[in-house]
Amino acid sequence: MKRTAVYILMLIGCTVLVGCANQPNERFMAGASQVELRSFQTRAFDTTDKDMMLRTVIATLQDLGFIIDQADEDLGAVTGTKLSGYQIRMTVITRPRGETQLLVRANAYYNKTPIEDPLPYQDFFTSLEKALFLTAHQVD
Amino acid sequence: MKTAVVSRRMSGRLLLLGGLILLLSACASMPPDAFKLSPTSLEDRQMQSRRFDTLDRTRVLAASAGVLQDLGYALDVSNSYLGVLTASKELDAENAAQIAGVLVLAALTGSAGSWDDDQRIRVCVVVNDSLDSPGTSVVRITISRVIWNTQGQVTRAEALKEPELYQAFFDKLSKSTFLEAHQI
Repeated sequence: MKRTAVYILMLIGCTVLVGCANQPNERFMAGASQVELRSFQTRAFDTTDKDMMLRTVIATLQDLGFIIDQADEDLGAVTGTKLSGYQIRMTVITRPRGETQLLVRANAYYNKTPIEDPLPYQDFFTSLEKALFLTAHQVD
Repeated sequence: MKTAVVSRRMSGRLLLLGGLILLLSACASMPPDAFKLSPTSLEDRQMQSRRFDTLDRTRVLAASAGVLQDLGYALDVSNSYLGVLTASKELDAENAAQIAGVLVLAALTGSAGSWDDDQRIRVCVVVNDSLDSPGTSVVRITISRVIWNTQGQVTRAEALKEPELYQAFFDKLSKSTFLEAHQI
């Protein structure tokens, strides 16, 4: 019985030591500036059709398993939540950029942590690009 | 005899503690495919969408609101211009088998048991013009739910993908709009 308890304690010890080792993003992003984050979250598209953009954003969010929490065509804003054992809440805002382009900015939370990794945003814009048949341009 | 019972209870508690720490330390990092289209996304879209022979999106959206109201949902948000509405309802999630299981475990380990108590179901309806067949609209619904246990913790947060749920909604919508719901 005592031996079992020792084994269990050892298991707990190992788990505590190993459990949090896999967090490279946190460290890489520790110094991420606001400007850098904004560039991950933003793309420009060669269209001025805001309605079409908002509808496509909504359709893309649905494709990715989101439920729409909020949509406002005047503000050009859409917010959705995805539940899949976790919760992701994402807001997408569209506004004109110059005479020929629309700027789309997304920001998302994973449970209660802001997502500051460029990859999820890249994935989102890739899906949006496909649905729009338009290229997403990086913005400085 | 008494010490054997005590130590068994001890090891039960240790196991529980171990499990708890395991849960806490399994650092919650986001799954890498959270923003990628899943391999089943096309089938999901087909299951969740129907085409209706009308361009009157507001009529379809209003009929959807009516269907959801019939089913006891309350509207959370709606935007008729973009053709979006989201509604939700709260339900009892208690399940006799689960409660019995928890009570047995609680009696064995001396822990405080908890079981699923409430669930909140959300339905999101989006109506758009069909790109493939001019003159028709496409309705897509998505359903998700969250379950809380008796201690107020979230035990499940998921998308519901049972085709019957979607079919039932579209059957009702079809009846209420007097329009046929076509598979896309």
